[in-house]
Amino acid sequence: MEEEAFDAIIVGAGLAGCVAAYVLAKEGADVLVIERGNYAGSKNMTGGRLYAHSLEKIIPGFAKEAPVERKVTKEKVTFLTDDTGVTLDYHNGRSQTSTQESYTVLRGDFDQWLMAKAEEVGAQFITGIRVDELITKDGKVVGVNADGDELIAKAVILAEGVNPVLGEKLGMVKPKVNADAMAVGAKELIELPKEVIQDRFNLSDDEGAAWLFAGSPSNGLMGGGFIYTNQTTVSLGIVCGLHDIGSSDKTVPQMLEDFKNHSIIKPLLEGGKLLEYSGHVVPEAGLNMVPKLVDDGVLITGDAAGFCLNIGYTVRGMDLAIASGEAAAKAVLTARANKDFSAQGLSSYQTLLEDSFVMKDLKLYKNLPAFMETPRIFNEYPKMVADIMQSMFTVDGSESQPLRKTLMKHCKEVGYMNLIKDGIKGVTAI
Amino acid sequence: MTETVNVDVKLGVNKFHVDEGHPHIILKDNPNMTEYRKLVNACPAGLYKLEEDGSIRFDSAGCLECGTCKFLCGDTILEKWEYPRGTFGIEYRYG
Repeated sequence: MEEEAFDAIIVGAGLAGCVAAYVLAKEGADVLVIERGNYAGSKNMTGGRLYAHSLEKIIPGFAKEAPVERKVTKEKVTFLTDDTGVTLDYHNGRSQTSTQESYTVLRGDFDQWLMAKAEEVGAQFITGIRVDELITKDGKVVGVNADGDELIAKAVILAEGVNPVLGEKLGMVKPKVNADAMAVGAKELIELPKEVIQDRFNLSDDEGAAWLFAGSPSNGLMGGGFIYTNQTTVSLGIVCGLHDIGSSDKTVPQMLEDFKNHSIIKPLLEGGKLLEYSGHVVPEAGLNMVPKLVDDGVLITGDAAGFCLNIGYTVRGMDLAIASGEAAAKAVLTARANKDFSAQGLSSYQTLLEDSFVMKDLKLYKNLPAFMETPRIFNEYPKMVADIMQSMFTVDGSESQPLRKTLMKHCKEVGYMNLIKDGIKGVTAI
Repeated sequence: MTETVNVDVKLGVNKFHVDEGHPHIILKDNPNMTEYRKLVNACPAGLYKLEEDGSIRFDSAGCLECGTCKFLCGDTILEKWEYPRGTFGIEYRYG
């Protein structure tokens, strides 16, 4: 039996799973990835933007061959109310190193490419098979049961995504993650001619825009809207916290529809054709929801481990998934060298993560999720900024007021104490 | 404010392999309505419907497999939540 065992079985062919397979197979380990969808990426979606750094370290120059959409050179952040928008617009024309760049991506193509890379170096993939449960022996994970077949492995890497069914069964992931910690995203992929996208978003060839919106898209709840430009499509979506969703007077699909029809957005999508509608849960609690990451014969990576950062002006998950997949693979390689696949033998996973940006950044922003639940950020502040702008830019012949007075009037509506309190909280959380 | 969204039309452009006769999500009988309303609001696929006469209607066929309902109501009004069997369910062509 032991001779037949894989060094590692990986559950899920997303970014964490494919990267783990690539790193393991490259070092000669015997690795099998099991994916329930018909191909890698068929169950996956993203906003989405991939920060290149973590994959760049594993496959240098990957963006030249991978099916990335556009390199992000434009960043926009907009405070949105139902009928106004105040936008911060940053164009980055400076040259960047390959680890500083980021790309818009679509996961259907991208994940298949990554799976092919792992296959090239010897990883095996089975698609269209669901792993139903893990096989444990004396408290140690020794394999998986997939569609009636028992497959044995020295280690199992769970890269099963944000909804870690197997991790929960093992008791490593808290069975009921507080819904407060989660947000739901909905996205439309809208097709437009390449030139139209470039004209409307002021982009040159292969340049892309990342645009986030706070305020009305999430109907005053924690969350926001987003637009990412791809080659011949635009990814448009909203993310909304589940904390107060029961009391919302709008459904999530309605939020997306209203966002799409906002007077800022609508002209940008005119004539576009819907190609796909997708949804996903975003694990937003940061460090507070990270589960037990390693146990006897098993490791948890990517979204399943809650590795996601919402910093307000950017949301990251894919670069963390990639780094955690790599760390898990390295830990399995160490265990393989020492012939010890116990929790202790695999513990370098934890250490590698602690020493990497994954845990360092999660720790840095650990107070941010709580701060983001301040409803004022999504209600009062977008309105305040819009009111200030309206006062500044409206000339109707009535007696002008000193700018200072105008500003103070609008700040007073929110309350000075709230501004100071949220200001301090916000600054210390970031 | 725009018109009421028709999610079914949006789901219509997606590619699904429906596992006929094997729903992967099953609701409890007579679910608590406060809990149910959370799902009416949160499900991105709009699968948890509330009819005008107050009755509920749910069909897992257009499920995007996001898990929102499991996080919100997995221990209250969901009898079963599992992923569809291999090859079945949503198949994102773009993602």
